[in-house]
Amino acid sequence: MNKPKVAIFDFAGCEGCQLQIVNMEEEILDLISIVRLVEWREGMSEQSEEYDVAIVEGSITRPQDEEKLRQIRGRAKILVALGACATDGGVNKMKNRFDLQEVKQVVYGADSALPHLDSAPTKAVDEVVPVDYKIYGCPIDRREFAYVVRSLVMGKRPEIPNYPVCVECKRKENVCRYEYQEICLGPITRAGCDARCPSFGTWCFGCRGSVDESNVQAAREVMERYGKNVEDLEDRMLLFSNK
Amino acid sequence: MNKKVDVHHVTRIEGHGNILVNVQSGVIEQVEWQVPEAPRFFEAMVRGRSWEDLQTIVSRICGICSISHSLACIKGIESAMRIPVSEQTDRLRLLAHYSEQVQSHVLHVGYLVAPDMLGAKSVIPLVQTHFDVVKTVIKLHRMANSWSDLLTGRTTHPITFKPGGFSKIPSETELRGLRVMLSEAVPDLTSLVDVLVSLADLLPAFERETEYVALVQPDRYTFYEGSIGSTDMAEATPLTEFESVVNEYVSTQSTAKWARWHRDSYAVGALARYNLNSAYLKPLAKDIARTFDLETRRHNPYFNTLAQVVECAHIVESALELIDELLAAGLRQEIPQVEPQAGEGVGCVEAPRGILFHRYVFDEQGRCTSANMSIPTNQNHGNIQRDMEALLPQIVDRSEEEIRLWLEMLVRAYDPCISCSTHYLHVKFV
Ligand code: SF4
Ligand code: SF4
Ligand code: SF4
Ligand SMILES: [Fe+2]
Repeated sequence: MNKPKVAIFDFAGCEGCQLQIVNMEEEILDLISIVRLVEWREGMSEQSEEYDVAIVEGSITRPQDEEKLRQIRGRAKILVALGACATDGGVNKMKNRFDLQEVKQVVYGADSALPHLDSAPTKAVDEVVPVDYKIYGCPIDRREFAYVVRSLVMGKRPEIPNYPVCVECKRKENVCRYEYQEICLGPITRAGCDARCPSFGTWCFGCRGSVDESNVQAAREVMERYGKNVEDLEDRMLLFSNK
Repeated sequence: MNKKVDVHHVTRIEGHGNILVNVQSGVIEQVEWQVPEAPRFFEAMVRGRSWEDLQTIVSRICGICSISHSLACIKGIESAMRIPVSEQTDRLRLLAHYSEQVQSHVLHVGYLVAPDMLGAKSVIPLVQTHFDVVKTVIKLHRMANSWSDLLTGRTTHPITFKPGGFSKIPSETELRGLRVMLSEAVPDLTSLVDVLVSLADLLPAFERETEYVALVQPDRYTFYEGSIGSTDMAEATPLTEFESVVNEYVSTQSTAKWARWHRDSYAVGALARYNLNSAYLKPLAKDIARTFDLETRRHNPYFNTLAQVVECAHIVESALELIDELLAAGLRQEIPQVEPQAGEGVGCVEAPRGILFHRYVFDEQGRCTSANMSIPTNQNHGNIQRDMEALLPQIVDRSEEEIRLWLEMLVRAYDPCISCSTHYLHVKFV
């Protein structure tokens, strides 16, 4: 079997997801033995490169980046969105709640009109081009990354949980954060992180995005049981679940 | 003899850092350090968000310095709302903060700079030629990562940090385990030093004294608290006056803001910290600094990398003491107590690549109404530009390849966040 050619690209993000790939340390050598890494950020001249799998980190915030993403999509057989910035827009989407001119004004003051400081509303990768697979989280989980890459190499569809964090959290027998009067997004957030935040004594803030058919009614019931209102929930959802 | 360098690199400007060199018949027309990274507007985005969610958001400014950003944020909140923290909290935070310095320094020295240094001798990939070095680097990096995992809940983007304390602290048994792991890292560090010392002489002998800025404290080599020190000033400046230190301005070369204080530019990072605080290094770190002859090379920006190695040793030595103090005092589970209130506060720590400032204003509900952050990489941009302007005339007669390598290595030495230093780096000859 030919080793699939893999290329990794990044747009607006913190690069924390790529860092998780580096953090695999020795294991990355294993992965490299089953794929051919042909580009990891400008490693090679992009015009001449072809790749089977493009892995894209970050969200799209400039017209020129949309153009580049379309090019990548055009060359790749499979496109994988890596991390919350790419799958959902991540924290970058909080920007969209404000007037863009005003946002630029706040950060750059009188210089904000300079052409090189241009910015457009933040988009997730699949708002620009079709995405085949998504690796969720901010940052991604390195085991999940390895699992997805291995599945793709074997031509299998990776199975990503589509049930809420609460399921994992209860399995771990954590005390529910609502018992501490905290607002936890576990009931509506996609599992797969082993309920990491509740396991470290705090609420889930929704970094893996919403489950496909998020059971808002169940979340409402939890809220009511603990005397919280939906606005509190929505306020916290502004971190990772902006449209 | 003059040489005409006129090569057009086909690569487009799409990354985060570019070097542009234009030499016509031996005359330097242009040498420019450009930063076209997509801006993300955190200062504007955090407005309206609750004090409880702020750390989660600003941690995402940078995957490599997420612990430093989180700490600067939390300190800013605590100062604005006058939230007291216990000695235990400060010690555990410092311990976590140390882990990030080592994580980041090892990544930089081992994965990003070592290839440059070893590449001077060979072009064959390091795994083939220097497997032992790679193994040591991986071991140290993994050690630092699990150190962060233990204190903050994951390697990148800390979970456990809260204004007023921690959501979860490690057990004493886990701290003892960490202690063992840290003492085992000492021989790995010294073996890395042995490799690097033979390569140090290969680094360009380029000197340009500049203003160095870092946190200072009367009796220690500080990362976590203090006031703002400068090699151009006898007196330290209070953290609350940081805007008068960085004097940020927008450059047409960059989407990131630039900074200047007493001169045209200044430097932050490991070498700046060394220049201000080296008297307080721990014994092993002092030894290593002597081995690298760092004292006579303290105005050579390429030696920032070796100053980072010195810091790794200092940090491991300091962390061992810190763990002993924590264990001697005994760990208590403390629950952070916060009453949100209106106020304004500044938080500052040394991120791995230099001093980092956050300022926040809150309303009575504890919602952020305005924010300002000054990031170390931005404070260095101006200085990188001035270094290039000073360096290029000295090497303009060399081959294009060599010029490219030296300029790239210069940028990498400053350890701009990974985007700039690893891959998004193009030297473009026009
Ligand atoms: S998803 Fe999170 S960790 Fe990944 S790049 Fe975006 S901000 Fe960074
Ligand atoms: S609401 Fe949060 S803390 Fe409670 S069970 Fe669900 S995930 Fe766990
Ligand atoms: S608990 Fe929630 S916020 Fe935390 S890692 Fe899991 S999905 Fe992300
Ligand atoms: Fe950073």
